[in-house]
Amino acid sequence: MDQILFLIFAGIAVLCGINLVVQHQPISSALSLVGVMGALALIYLQLGGEFIAAAQLIVYAGAIMVLFIFVIMLLNAGKERTAPRRLWVHWAGVPLLFVFIALMAYVVQKILPPSGEVEFGTYPLGTAEAIGTKLFTTYLLPFEVTSVLILIAIVGAIVLARKEVE
Amino acid sequence: MNFLILSLIKMAVVMFVLMTTLAYLQWIERKVIAHVQLRVGPRRVGPHGLLQPLADVIKLITKEGMVPSHVNTVFYLLAPFIAVTFALISISVIPFGPTIDIAGLKTDMGLTDLSIGVLFILGVSGMGVYGVALAGWASNNKYSLMGGLRSSAQMISYELPMALAIASPLLILNTLSFREIVAKQSFYYFGFVPNWSIFHSPFPQIIAFIVFVIAAFAETNRVPFDLPEAENELVAGFHTEYSSMKFASFFMAEYANMITVSCVAALLFLGGWQPPFPPEYGSKFLPTVIFAISGLVCFYHAANPARSFDRITLPAFGVVFLVLAGLFLVPFAQPILLPLFWFGAKVGAVLFVFIWIRATLPRFRYDQLMKFAWLFLFPVAMVNLFATSLAVALTAK
Repeated sequence: MDQILFLIFAGIAVLCGINLVVQHQPISSALSLVGVMGALALIYLQLGGEFIAAAQLIVYAGAIMVLFIFVIMLLNAGKERTAPRRLWVHWAGVPLLFVFIALMAYVVQKILPPSGEVEFGTYPLGTAEAIGTKLFTTYLLPFEVTSVLILIAIVGAIVLARKEVE
Repeated sequence: MNFLILSLIKMAVVMFVLMTTLAYLQWIERKVIAHVQLRVGPRRVGPHGLLQPLADVIKLITKEGMVPSHVNTVFYLLAPFIAVTFALISISVIPFGPTIDIAGLKTDMGLTDLSIGVLFILGVSGMGVYGVALAGWASNNKYSLMGGLRSSAQMISYELPMALAIASPLLILNTLSFREIVAKQSFYYFGFVPNWSIFHSPFPQIIAFIVFVIAAFAETNRVPFDLPEAENELVAGFHTEYSSMKFASFFMAEYANMITVSCVAALLFLGGWQPPFPPEYGSKFLPTVIFAISGLVCFYHAANPARSFDRITLPAFGVVFLVLAGLFLVPFAQPILLPLFWFGAKVGAVLFVFIWIRATLPRFRYDQLMKFAWLFLFPVAMVNLFATSLAVALTAK
């Protein structure tokens, strides 16, 4: 049951990912990305990372992608215009991509230490309490530094976006 | 297998009740607004217009569903689907009452109880904005696009104060599961003041409650924040190009969101199904008294009819009320009905405020809306969150 569900969600994620690249309409691509994120959230949920799943849904699918779509709508971005490509790019692109993916898979399997068998729904550190405790004890400094970094980014964005006032 | 059958039955019951409430909420809204404005409201179809929702549903289903030629068909058809799906999904984590025992069968009242129920609601309601935004974009119409844009900007802006307002009672209650949230609000200070979040020590969350309700108005696109469908500027906003069931889907989504938000307000801030005063002071008999009085009032007005047909309709309602009053006295039904009554009463009260505001306030201007969110609501929610965390930190053992 778990494996079937995993395959379904993983399939959705991969299909949406492919659709994201293939589509010419910006808004279709953005929505495919939402699909990828939703499927990922479901996989997290299946593995037992409830809080991560919720955060994925709220932050990525619910906030960031809405901003993307908002900008696409605001700029009224039309269909993507493709420049004419060379012939060999046209024919060799997809096979080369598969070769690249196979190579990556091989290298990852060689270099990374073998992981144990995945068990669904048993990951103990995925709850809100566990993550909160980790964030405020072990990872306190990186957490706080990240917040300062984000603040700097916000201030920078405002400075860049503000119109010059005489 | 037992679990599966039980879940299916519960789903059917919840779906039926939710759909009926959705339909009748609109009738109640029309009636309340009418009475606020000194009109009588719908009363042609059925006694006191009670069959009006049914007539509306039949009308909406049988109307011709036009798809304009200039729209992006896929997204045009997808948008109402997304809106109504995400609006209805969130009801699945709302509990309606405590664990009950029917003939030896123990079950929770409510579909599921996630350990991240509150976050689930936030996430799903965040997804709902896609329905509106897509509808605006796919309609290929400048009014729709403006409506969709306004709606997405508004929802992003008001999600922040809403999330902050939800976070502060969670700090006090220290859990994310709705069932535990309600369980932690079941005591009484001095024996009679309920420790609902809005009264909870160490820092009463009354400010968070008000911020939450205001943000909820904006999240559900209700007056005074219904800029996305401001008819004097945008025809009908994002659903200008929609007709028949596709239009009704947006309508359903709006009302379903209203119900969900009211349920969350009742659970998080108003103590869920806990009675407002303890059973020792007779909170068990209050529903009976209320329904009995309503029944007697009906009979009194039937005896002195203002209109001729009151002689027939009002006694019928009176009998219904008296039967309800009797039901609340049956000891076997009490543990099921009492929590449902209190939960329904609280949700109903919040929903009434929604309708009341709609009948009272005019619409904001768009810049006022944004200023209000960012320069007033957000700082207030933030200060409240800080004060709450300080109070919790100081009183922590």
